[in-house]
Amino acid sequence: MLRESDKTRDAVGTPHLQKQPQGTDVTSASTNDIEFRSVAKRYGGVTAVSDINLAVPKGAFVALLGPSGCGKTTCLRMIGGFEQPSEGTVYIGGQPMNGVPAYRRPVNMVFQQYALFPHLDVEQNVAYGLKQMRPRIAAAEIARRAREALEMVRLGGFGKRRIHEMSGGQQQRVALARAIVNKPKVLLLDEPLAALDKKLRTAMQIELQSLQRELGITFVLVTHDQEEALSMSDLVCVMSTGRIVQIGPPQEIYDRPASLFVADFVGKTNRVPATIEAGANSIRLANGVGLPKPASANGTLGAAMVALRPEAITLVRDGAATLQGTVTHRIFLGSSVEYSVEVDGLGDFLVTADRRSLNERDLAEPGERIGLAFDPNALHVFPASTAGSAAITARQR
Amino acid sequence: MRAFISSVYLFLYAPIALVVLFSFNAGRNASEFTGFSTAWYGKALANTFLVSALQNSLMIAFTSAALAAVFGTMAALGMERLGTRTRAVFDALFAAAIVVPGVVIGIATLVALVAVFSFVNPALATIWPGDQPPQLGLGYGSIIAAHGLFSMALVTMIVKARIASLGRDIVEASSDLYATPLTTFRLIVLPQILPSILAGFLLAFTFSFDDFIIAFFVAGSKTTLPIYVFASIRRGVTPEINAIATLVLAASLLLILTARLLMGEKKSKSGE
Repeated sequence: MLRESDKTRDAVGTPHLQKQPQGTDVTSASTNDIEFRSVAKRYGGVTAVSDINLAVPKGAFVALLGPSGCGKTTCLRMIGGFEQPSEGTVYIGGQPMNGVPAYRRPVNMVFQQYALFPHLDVEQNVAYGLKQMRPRIAAAEIARRAREALEMVRLGGFGKRRIHEMSGGQQQRVALARAIVNKPKVLLLDEPLAALDKKLRTAMQIELQSLQRELGITFVLVTHDQEEALSMSDLVCVMSTGRIVQIGPPQEIYDRPASLFVADFVGKTNRVPATIEAGANSIRLANGVGLPKPASANGTLGAAMVALRPEAITLVRDGAATLQGTVTHRIFLGSSVEYSVEVDGLGDFLVTADRRSLNERDLAEPGERIGLAFDPNALHVFPASTAGSAAITARQR
Repeated sequence: MRAFISSVYLFLYAPIALVVLFSFNAGRNASEFTGFSTAWYGKALANTFLVSALQNSLMIAFTSAALAAVFGTMAALGMERLGTRTRAVFDALFAAAIVVPGVVIGIATLVALVAVFSFVNPALATIWPGDQPPQLGLGYGSIIAAHGLFSMALVTMIVKARIASLGRDIVEASSDLYATPLTTFRLIVLPQILPSILAGFLLAFTFSFDDFIIAFFVAGSKTTLPIYVFASIRRGVTPEINAIATLVLAASLLLILTARLLMGEKKSKSGE
């Protein structure tokens, strides 16, 4: 089925993601399947999310990414109609959804625990949504479409099974079929892969991606797994403490994090305190080492925090390298090697080395003195007082 | 230790076993078994007072259990929507209704009913257009009301436990799949709580059928089976009573076993 879908993908054409990560752009409602305009949700006195502005283009695969409690599920549930916003409006296909109950929304959800109906068999589960549609669909047509959806998730022939006779991965696919059979405008996925083991998860990630391309439906995925968000979606929306902190394509999120939080949460990162003096053309790390000011420093002055990706660093046996340190741990990962390096005056650094970066047969040994080389432009500079910066950066976008 | 436990069970069940045994006694004397016979069953069923008491009991048990099943389920469903604090209060109230001794419920219901009647009957008389205004009084209605109220708490507790194990997400999933709240109830919630409603109904039936204390207070001039048995015992224990007791015992056991089975099915399902 995967191979087939790869073929059809070229025939149908990959839905084009319009590169307009501006969350505040509210003029193009017709091309957006989902829009949040200044949405906030409060429970009693507790604010779950606020200031949410988000536009998801038709056919996009968007991931709401953030740690637990960041409000990503609340946002998803507001699209589904299980929660109503306290402020602002959610639009689906250009229509305001205020007060519209879940059963009147053109969206379907894959629940985290699948939420399959235990007293119905697999096919009855999948046919459930079609049976509720008005005007009524003929029974034969319902059965045909339900079987088709089951084939699509590679469960053809399982229609008469009871739910409890299915494995976790199979139940997951039943839940998926039950949602996509209705051909919704938007498919909502609430941590759908969290309950699966790693191997199954990877397989489902690929399947979900190809399914999305095949169907051309907008997918909204909620996840706390940054790898999942980066690998599957074409638009990542990073959330923290009830706010959106960055929206953009995966590479942009990874390569140009808008805040220290994003740099930390998405991928691994080394943090170094630093200072930038007014008028100076350099940045001074906490251990006194001066470096040419990177492009990302633009307006920042005074105390700053610098983030550096582990894979941006190359280990060199060169006493003249910018930073010097001692290898403390080495984790051999096959294609790459992870080093823990105690950098003089800066503490622990994580370095991911391509195996070819040092001589293949000559990996750095724990205890060895080593130099760390990197392009100063790989440094991401953030103001040291990062508490408010996340929100500011998001608004500036 | 084993001897002790055995003696406890002996003490509990020996009298019941004796009742069953002597219901099949050919002789009249309850102290010696003179031979096997089902004559007393025939005699009991030929007793019109007894049969009419049995019919009363069955009618009252069925009606009160049906009412309790409907209202108890509604209460359980409604309590799902309450805030945690309000729900805790209602939970406690329902639990209390079950622990309050039968005597207290009996007296309280009697006092309440009499008070209501003494207020409603004159009022009815003044507004009644005809010559003979209806007189509300103790009778079948009051027994059904008292039993129904008590067993409603029973049903609510059982159904509520089942609803709690259902989880909110299948209700949300149904709503997500375009089902209106009513359809969701009909297609998703009801099929899943039906066994527990049925179990509640059977327990309520058993309770009402066996209850003497509450019925005794509010029955007025009507006779239920337990009241008849109690009254006839004062004239001396006859093997006829043994036969009746055995029948009631068998029926109760059957109902309770069925209820247990229904609740057990619920447990194995939710365990998955």
